[in-house]
Amino acid sequence: MSTAVFKPSKSQLADQPDGASNYLNAGFSAKSWLLTVDHKRIAILYLISITLFFFLGGLFAVLIRLELLTPQGDLMQAETYNKMFTMHGIVMIFFFLIPSIPAVLGNFLIPLMIGAKDLAFPRINLLSWYIYSVGGLFTFAAIVFGGVDTGWTFYTPYSSTYSNSNVILVAVGVFITGFSSILTGLNFIVTIHKMRAPGMTWFRLPLFVWAHYATSIIQVLGTPVVTAAIMLIGLERLFGFGIFDPKLGGDPLLFQHLFWFYSHPAVYIMILPGMGVISEVITCFAKKKVFGYSFIAFSSIAIAVLGFLVWGHHMFTSGQSVYTSLVFSILTFLVAVPSAIKVFNWTATLYKGAVSYDAPMLYALGFIGLFTIGGLTGIFLGTLAVDVHVHDTYFVVAHFHYIMVGGAIMAYMAGLHFWWPKITGRLYPEGWARFSALVIFIGFHLTFFPQFIVGYLGMPRRYHVYPEEFQILNVLSTAGATILGVGYLIPLIYFTWSLKSGPKASANPWGAKGLEWEKASSPPSQYNFEKTPVVTEEAYDYEPTIWLK
Amino acid sequence: MAHEHAALQHHFDDMDQQLEASTLGMWAFLITEVLFFGGLFAGYLIYRTKFPEAFDLGSHELDIKFGAINTAILIGSSLTMVLAVYFAQLGQRMKIVFFLFATLVLGGTFLGIKAVEYSHKIHDGLLPGPGFTFDSPIADQVRIFFSFYFAMTGLHAFHMIIGAGLLSWLMYNAWQGKYDSSYNTPVELVGLYWHFVDIVWIFLFPLLYLIGRN
Repeated sequence: MSTAVFKPSKSQLADQPDGASNYLNAGFSAKSWLLTVDHKRIAILYLISITLFFFLGGLFAVLIRLELLTPQGDLMQAETYNKMFTMHGIVMIFFFLIPSIPAVLGNFLIPLMIGAKDLAFPRINLLSWYIYSVGGLFTFAAIVFGGVDTGWTFYTPYSSTYSNSNVILVAVGVFITGFSSILTGLNFIVTIHKMRAPGMTWFRLPLFVWAHYATSIIQVLGTPVVTAAIMLIGLERLFGFGIFDPKLGGDPLLFQHLFWFYSHPAVYIMILPGMGVISEVITCFAKKKVFGYSFIAFSSIAIAVLGFLVWGHHMFTSGQSVYTSLVFSILTFLVAVPSAIKVFNWTATLYKGAVSYDAPMLYALGFIGLFTIGGLTGIFLGTLAVDVHVHDTYFVVAHFHYIMVGGAIMAYMAGLHFWWPKITGRLYPEGWARFSALVIFIGFHLTFFPQFIVGYLGMPRRYHVYPEEFQILNVLSTAGATILGVGYLIPLIYFTWSLKSGPKASANPWGAKGLEWEKASSPPSQYNFEKTPVVTEEAYDYEPTIWLK
Repeated sequence: MAHEHAALQHHFDDMDQQLEASTLGMWAFLITEVLFFGGLFAGYLIYRTKFPEAFDLGSHELDIKFGAINTAILIGSSLTMVLAVYFAQLGQRMKIVFFLFATLVLGGTFLGIKAVEYSHKIHDGLLPGPGFTFDSPIADQVRIFFSFYFAMTGLHAFHMIIGAGLLSWLMYNAWQGKYDSSYNTPVELVGLYWHFVDIVWIFLFPLLYLIGRN
């Protein structure tokens, strides 16, 4: 690797107007965005797309919560309700959570963090956004044509034989989008291996990069398996293949195995990048070197590896052998170890740090608490005997929303606020941001904590009607969801406002460590760095706080 | 700084870094492919264990001649592919084009034979679905065998078609003289892909055609 000043070739400068000082004003035409190969612009394309899908998925959640306000089915029939929760799940999981942090923040930041000019395969990066969009269009078309009612899990033989809804359209959408996820993961793996700046050794990488490396492994290894399973559903519906059809001796359980072989690791695709964000934010706002760097780094890899060995805990009540369930139950407990290592290390990082409470930090602290609750209830559910009782109740719903909304979305919000000045070159209004962080935290608990209770009391998931004694808790949950919804709208407004009217950000408004803050301007120039940076220090090399001196 | 190679993309420092990145990318992609086919292979193994008689019956319906000839053709195409990569490294333009063309012809022949085989099977009513007919008390399970047969060989054939597209693109570029001893990464990488698709068939042939024939 050379440290020579980087000179772009003529063709690369062709569409760059004179005086362009950063990636945002290097070309204003639609073409300069839609055909860009700049990882930063592609991240913005993703940001816009996933925001659309987030609010679309949110709309379905609103309708679900409205229906559950009363014990009767007064807003919609069972069939409509089935479509609502299915579309909520599919949109949120495949089109928001899985791409969210990797495709937006990872895409934008990984090259900056490791001192590279771009991802290893810029055109494949653009391609993955187009693939994502085409998959999104199929899913959107399915919604327009009346939706799908199989649940996001597409369980056979319902999805393969009996459902009368648009299974094929959605299956094609999810199938296509899977390739976008695979290509993003592949791009990150190669980039992290081969594009690091001189001096950026593996153990100097920001933990955000380690987390994305672990995520990418799952994306590359897991996604193709669910792709194959969904392909088989398509063949079964279209041509009458019989692999999952019990009438022919086929086994619907095989689909569940193939599906969860990906879809359990997929929850780590959603949470691991968030853990990477939290490591960055906690160290910056504690102004302290992270506690146990290598433990956090390797716990990400451990989660990725163990994540592939626990899928059977989704199938405790499916009829799989009890010995299989026992083994899966024990393996599930093992995942708690690396997860706990992270939580303890973040907490230890805070100890005697110079902690400040800006919005990213509020979200990060919220994440630690909510993730802990979500993680511990995961242990309850991984316990074979308990799971048999709470399986398919709202307890499960509450558990994974604590991880997915309380964990992944809180982390996404933390990251979005933290790097917003870097991405846009503008500061967001801090007061409003802290306020909305608080609103989200309160709204979140009010929405999902009652669901733990109502689930434990026995309310099953996926029904539009329920016994009257559960109404109080459901009203609380719906009220919380309203507050949560407002909490998400406020950032949408002030982020949009800040694009034009926010104060200009300096290169490093938080006084943070890391190449993206110390060596790149806000917003970064088109090719990230004036010259290839040389790394000479460990990650998070903050000055020791006064107590430690 | 030394004279930059025309094929060097802006975000790489030098050709070595570009080559290493591209090669690692292709290997990572092939791992993805292994898992993609792996899901189907896992399903196949489970049902083969569950319904051994039906899978033997199904296996006997396949024409071993077609399978064997196709295996030989694909192995031959791997040889021509290797030679194309070899001559790309030497920078001998006409020989690259020739051996890429030979690979393409062999691949095309494979697909042609596969198409004939498919049409025989469909004609005999062995395509799973409403039209499936098989005279046996365990016909339903034989249908599962043919579900795997068509899904796995179909996915494989789809990969061959993609490969044929890539070969044509390489041939055009090679004809234009884009590959020489200093830059031939695409030829090498498509070569890796082609060998992978070949290896998948090397597994499919015994699993579908041979096991159960003793």
